[in-house]
Amino acid sequence: MTSSIWFGALEQGLLYGVMVLGVYITFRVLDFPDLTVDGSFTLGGAIAARIIVEGMDPWLGTALALVFGLGAGLVTGILHTRLRIAPLLAGILMMIGLYSINLRVMGGKAMLSLLRLDTIYTDVAKVAPSDWAVLSLGLMVAAAAAYLLYVFLQTEMGLALRATGDNEQMSRSMGVNTDSSKVLGLALGNGLVALSGAMVAQYQAYSDVGMGIGMIVVGLASVIMGEVVFGNRTLARTLAAVLIGSIVYREVIAAVMRMGLPTSDLKLFSALLVIAAMASPMITEKLKPGKTVERMT
Amino acid sequence: MLQVMGISKTFNPGGVNERRALDGVELKLQKGEVVTVIGGNGAGKSTLLNAIAGVYTVDAGTITIDAEEVNQLPEYKRASYIGRVFQDPMMGTAASMTIEENMSIATKRGLRRKLRRGVKKRDREFFCDRLRLLGLGLEDRLATRVGLLSGGQRQALTLLMATLNTPKLLLLDEHTASLDPHTAEKVLELTKMIIRKYRLTTLMVTHNMEDALCIGTRTIMMNEGRIILDLNDAQRKNTSIPDLMEMFKKASGFAMADDKMLLAN
Repeated sequence: MTSSIWFGALEQGLLYGVMVLGVYITFRVLDFPDLTVDGSFTLGGAIAARIIVEGMDPWLGTALALVFGLGAGLVTGILHTRLRIAPLLAGILMMIGLYSINLRVMGGKAMLSLLRLDTIYTDVAKVAPSDWAVLSLGLMVAAAAAYLLYVFLQTEMGLALRATGDNEQMSRSMGVNTDSSKVLGLALGNGLVALSGAMVAQYQAYSDVGMGIGMIVVGLASVIMGEVVFGNRTLARTLAAVLIGSIVYREVIAAVMRMGLPTSDLKLFSALLVIAAMASPMITEKLKPGKTVERMT
Repeated sequence: MLQVMGISKTFNPGGVNERRALDGVELKLQKGEVVTVIGGNGAGKSTLLNAIAGVYTVDAGTITIDAEEVNQLPEYKRASYIGRVFQDPMMGTAASMTIEENMSIATKRGLRRKLRRGVKKRDREFFCDRLRLLGLGLEDRLATRVGLLSGGQRQALTLLMATLNTPKLLLLDEHTASLDPHTAEKVLELTKMIIRKYRLTTLMVTHNMEDALCIGTRTIMMNEGRIILDLNDAQRKNTSIPDLMEMFKKASGFAMADDKMLLAN
């Protein structure tokens, strides 16, 4: 039993890791605190669940989740760049709007059960040992996503995206269309988030209209933990750190739950974790006086 | 080359903080001409440069670069023609990215960015060649994050990046003002060398009267959003710094009250 908890946390770490990569793009690379994530994660789960319940191919559902996630990010980007709505507000508006859309996608139900229905994992279990289906598929998708990001962020377009998040004034003076960069980054990020939502819904065998609540905090907590544990000296290292952070986060949650904390307290725990991680540079600096502190985000 | 015709810009129009920053500025630059711009604080020097670069649109007038009217072009599109170095050394580079990544971004100024590798092997050779011009040893640190460089190194790199794709127009906005005197002198030497080497049409704002009179071939003085003095090379040769101060007083009705300008002598 004990080992299966840790194993389950490892599986979840990889599935949620895809979401954390998405949060990494918007929050870290683009420096855009994007709350769309809470809605687009559920959107991915809802689309995959509905497609499966309708008896269609779960792979199609998963792919559609990715596509509609891209679309959600695109809309957030347009709200911000064309209508000049502040990043936080643009994300909140999307999150609220998506709540209704997600309910519609799920046919008006707050929950869609996938019990005894074929998912992408049952397909994988046909060619691999069934105990390892989730882990192997999760690993493949997470590693592929991280690798593609690694390559993309070093292309001409990727460099422009990173520069936009780092120094907008410089980017524009170098001819970068920073608005386009932001829209692209938000689309990519939310695409990954929705893909993760689809994979998580199939893993837990249901989609729930509230499954995305606090996802931005989970993502952030994972990114920060990964960077603390594994470092961020190079791009490759940072991307690996993001996935490792997601796994560490799930293992910590598993440990806390084993200590007897009810699952309903998990969100409070996640929030406290992020506060602690954000405050830690401030606190360590306080110990050596005479230095100014740079805020993390 | 550059034609600025009757441009005006008012900030916060109608508000309590209304300020007329540019008031019908007329300026023509020939190809290869290097012009220094002086004037007190709030004279409109930076506003003029920013208006040309497209940071904001002007209320009236036209800006033409090589016979193309650029008024309506957004800042990032005007960047195809314009290289810029800012006063703040942190402004011109991306701190979290490496020297080679920053330079790669600069090589794509005015070009379409594609889905192909940003820094290729032959790019590195080109970057090294250019970095050697600076004589700061940066050619051995291509993979160093720019955030780890000093202000002077970053400013020299910005200058190099602004001119990596030869721009039609180079805008320097007090780019040595926030460096220590020794570094400022070094960056200024590099500036002169690069301008000469690539025969760049340049507009350079400076607080230093001596630099203003010895760099380039022409000096303009601004006050309250207008150009109040335009000296060609021959006129400059007969002008001393005290003369310049006197001219400013006569043209504006005020003594040059800027600490930085006085200290610069």
